[in-house]
This record gives sequence, C-alpha cells and structure tokens, in this order.
Amino acid sequence: MGAENVIEVREVWKSFKTVQAVKGISLNIPKGQFVAILGPNGAGKTTLVEMIEGIQKPDKGDITIIGKHWKGNEDELHKIIGLSLQETRFIDKLRVTETLELFASFFDMGKKRVDEIIDLVGLEEKRRAYVVNLSGGQRQRLALGLALINTPAILLLDEPTTGLDPNARREVWEILHKLKDGSDTSMILTTHYMEEAERLCDYIIIMDNGVILREGTLSQLLEGHRTLDDLFVSLTGRKINE
Amino acid sequence: MSRFPRLRQLWLLTLSLLRELIREPGVLFWGIVFPILMTVGLGLAFTKKADVIRKVAVISEAGSAERDSSVVYNFLENKCVKNPVSGKEDYKWKLEIKNEKLGTSVFFFYELKWDDAMILLKRGTINLILTGNDGHAQYHFDPMNSDAELTYLKLSSAIGSGDVIAEEKSAEIKPLTIKGTRYIDFLVPGLLTMGIMMSAMWGISYGIIEKRSKKLLRRLVATPMKKSHFLIALITVRIAMNFVEAIVLILFAIIAFHITIQGSISAMILLFLAGNIAFAGIAVFVSCHTSNTEVGNGLINAIVTPMMVLSGIFFSYHNFPDWSIQIINKLPLTILTDGIRSIFNEGAGYPQVVLPVMILIATGVIFFMAGLKLFKWH
Repeated sequence: MGAENVIEVREVWKSFKTVQAVKGISLNIPKGQFVAILGPNGAGKTTLVEMIEGIQKPDKGDITIIGKHWKGNEDELHKIIGLSLQETRFIDKLRVTETLELFASFFDMGKKRVDEIIDLVGLEEKRRAYVVNLSGGQRQRLALGLALINTPAILLLDEPTTGLDPNARREVWEILHKLKDGSDTSMILTTHYMEEAERLCDYIIIMDNGVILREGTLSQLLEGHRTLDDLFVSLTGRKINE
Repeated sequence: MSRFPRLRQLWLLTLSLLRELIREPGVLFWGIVFPILMTVGLGLAFTKKADVIRKVAVISEAGSAERDSSVVYNFLENKCVKNPVSGKEDYKWKLEIKNEKLGTSVFFFYELKWDDAMILLKRGTINLILTGNDGHAQYHFDPMNSDAELTYLKLSSAIGSGDVIAEEKSAEIKPLTIKGTRYIDFLVPGLLTMGIMMSAMWGISYGIIEKRSKKLLRRLVATPMKKSHFLIALITVRIAMNFVEAIVLILFAIIAFHITIQGSISAMILLFLAGNIAFAGIAVFVSCHTSNTEVGNGLINAIVTPMMVLSGIFFSYHNFPDWSIQIINKLPLTILTDGIRSIFNEGAGYPQVVLPVMILIATGVIFFMAGLKLFKWH
C-alpha cells in the first residue's frame, strides 16, 4: 500500500441481477488529490462510488479507506468522510440552519461550525428558509455544506451539479476551488460534464460499461486529442452525453 | 462519543422530526380537526333522534264500494292528512306519530299499482306495501328487513286499533340515554384508538418509506448517527402527537357530549402508551424493507383496513359470525379498543387492563425487533 493513498480499490466487481455494473476496477487516490470519474449514464460511476462509501458491498475485490476496510470500522470511517448523493432530498420543512445543526450534531459539532459552513456555501441570506423553498442550486450548495460539515479527509460527490443551470454550477465549483486551496481533503467526483472534470480535478478517470477506459492528468489525456470529448469518441465511438 | 453528545443528537433528531410534523398544516387538520369533525358528525347522527320518515305503498282499490268497506281506506281518509297536491310522484296521505322519547315517525302513503309498488320496494324507496283484502289490511314486506318490520309494527297498531298510539301509552318506555350507554360513548373510545393506529401506521410507516425513497435514510446512515436514535425519535414524536390529539378529542367529547371517563385515568394512559408501542412496532415492521411509496400504501392499507372494519370502532364486532369473533378479539386494535372502552364506560382500572397492556407491549416489541432485523437503510 502506498503510504499517501487514502483510498485503494483493487479488482472490484459488482453486479445487479443480470447487469454487471463494475468489472474488475482498481484505482488509488492519494491524499489531497481531486479525482474526477467521468463517464456517461450507466457507466458504473455511482456503483463504484457507493462501494467506496460503504453503501454497496463488492461481489469481489477489496476496498480500503485510510488502510481500513468498512467492516468493523464504520463509525471511524463515517467521521472522516463527507458525501453528497445524487438527488438526495432533506427534510422539507426544516430550515437551512436547523438542517445543518442536525447534521453537525452527528459529528459532535456546534453552531460555530454551522455558521462557518453557511458562510462557505453562501447561504447566509437563506439561513431561515425552509429546505423545500430553496432553488436547485441552493439545495445543492446545502448538500455540499452538509458533506463538508465534519471537515472531511475524503469527500465523495456523486454528480453534484447535474440538473443545475450554468450559474448554479459555477457557484458549486467556486466552493470546491476554495476547499482545494484551503485544505488537504481528497475528493472523488463523478460527473458527465467534461468541463467540470477539467476545471476541478487533478486526475481524471474515464469509465464506460463498468471498466476504466483511460486515466491520467488532463495533459496526459489530451495528448493527441483536442478535447476530452474527442478522446471519449475515439475510445467508444460515441459522445459522452449521448 | 460520550453520553452528552449522543443525547444532544437524539434531542435534535426528535426536534427536527417534530418540526417536520407540526409545520405541515395538513397534519393538524387530519390529526386533530378531522377526528373532532367525525365525532360531531357521527355523534349528532346517532344521538339526536331526528324525525323518521317511513314510506308506504297503498294498492289502489278499483270500485268505490270496496273503498267504503276497506279498513285501510277508512284509516287513510279519517286518520291521515290528505295531500292537497296530487302529482304522480307525491304522497297521497300523511300520518305523524309523535313521541318525545322515541322521536316522531312520519308515514307517507303513496297510492300505486302493484307493479309500480314492487319496483319501488326493490329500489328501497318504500319498505312496505299495504293492501285491503275483504275489508282487512294486509302488509307485504321482507321479514328480514328490520326497518320494514318496525314500519309494520307501528302501522298495524295504528290501523288495527283504528287509532293512533297515544303518547300516554308510551309512558312506560324508558329510553337508555344515561352516560356510558349512548352511541357517542361507544364511538369516542373507538375514534381514539383508531387515531393511534392510523397515526402510527401512516406517520411512522409511511414516513420511513418516504424518507427511504428520498434517499434521506441513506444520507443519514452515512454519518455517525446512531441508527436506533432515528427510530426512537420518530416513534417519540408520533406518540407525543397522538397524546395531544387524544387529549383534544377527549376534551371536546366531554364538553360537547358530556362524556365521562368512569374508570382509572392512569390505567388509561398506560393502555394508551401500550397501544402506541404495539402499533409503532407494527409500523416499523411494515416499513422495514420497501422504498416504493405505492407498495408502502398497499401494505399499510392491508393492515389498517381490516382492523378498522373488524375491531368494533364504529359498530360492535359481535354482529360478525361467531366463528370470526375468536379471531377479531385477538387483533391489536380490538384489544386496545375494548380496553379503552371498558375504562370509559365500565369503570375499569388496572386489574382489567394489565393483560391487554402486556399483550400490546409484547406485540410492539416483537414486531419492532423483527423489523429492525430486516430493516433496509439504503
């Protein structure tokens, strides 16, 4: 095991009934690195991230977080991971501050941390708003705030900007840029937006049909290709958003 | 994590779920206002004796000679009030039998041909046909229809004697309107226990399924939150809400219908809590696996509908066949309803409720443990 790897995934397989979602994937995430898993819908990104989150168990293979398996270490690992799931809804009639206070209580944190998060995700004006009355972008910023409330060593974001308009997407990116500059958090982000992977991440993994097609830094991937989209077309014969 | 943050976590979870509940205006309406409206509606419908309308067909007799000798026509012409409007759809004669204690019965007599009378009988518009035979009155009705039988008894007394029953003759009748014997005394404990079942099944079961379908459960268990705290908070909030709803309903019933609790109030609180535990356990079990709200709907209805019909909420379950009573009185809602009703109306106390309390708590604990074992958080 590399001493600096916070996540190690070795030869992981997962299937659902007749669908083989992940086929023997291996990857390492070093401390402080932002990694994008890029691929179209159905590529196996969410299944892979859910196995790293401990929500799904792999059929075969091995996953360790800071050198520990999920089994028997749930409490410890939950404390160092922050996550934002695809399309999560919170309690509609709870205010923004109340929602953050609730999640802060799970990590033994108080109002000071809630105020810091509200400031970080730019929801100061919406402190007293009910979650149900937030816009899509504001709700996604709240989800990000909840993921960051425990100052996580590992941040797992599953399609954090899907369905958001360009402005709202940029607001989420700004928050993640601030986080990258100000901490040594490692992040895995799944997306099917090329631009998001290019702008935010140090390392990009391209997936399709449950396997990794190519991985590397942006410059490594773009050798011989004009854009990531061109690369994806050359690898699969189709565009990523088709 | 030390004890204090764990308690703070539990407190904030409970507070959050309580806020979710009380900030929904529909919860206040369906939980508090609706049971009161139901009490008012059913209470008034079954406690105040309104005028009872009874419609009777009289088969026309052909000749004036037959009419003159007919007891039926004599009675109609001499004792009843003739309707000045004589359309086809209108009644021809009207008779009122007034009684302060039993209420007023109003008879409307329609002069019809036999075939027309049979059609109205089949439709349930009338329940008795009156004919004259050799000067005697003949009554045609379904003997299995208790309403028709009552119409016959009242009418035959009036026609047979040639006189309307005098008020003095009913002086011996003592209507049972003392507390504990009225329909409203039967109804309110039933509404109370039905409220516990409905609130637990829809509030806890549906709440869990909905939160699972919204991925909120999955998000919560991805934190160090203690899983049992979530379920404890959900059940605590629901029991607290049920307690408020029950108090409002009882106070309303006391003020509006002068209902009394003749037995031990503390025993009733104990039984109330046991009932809540039973249905909370069943609710957790029912919702332990599915994340589909439509499947959840079906599961909840499959539990609550039979009990609502069978457990004697609105009418006594002793009207069901004998073989079924042995099953019905083992249902949790029947046990709870019979217990609460015995405290309200029969003056029951701890000795009478110990067994139901133990059965209900055991039911709740068994279902809760089984539900927890199968519980799917993701």
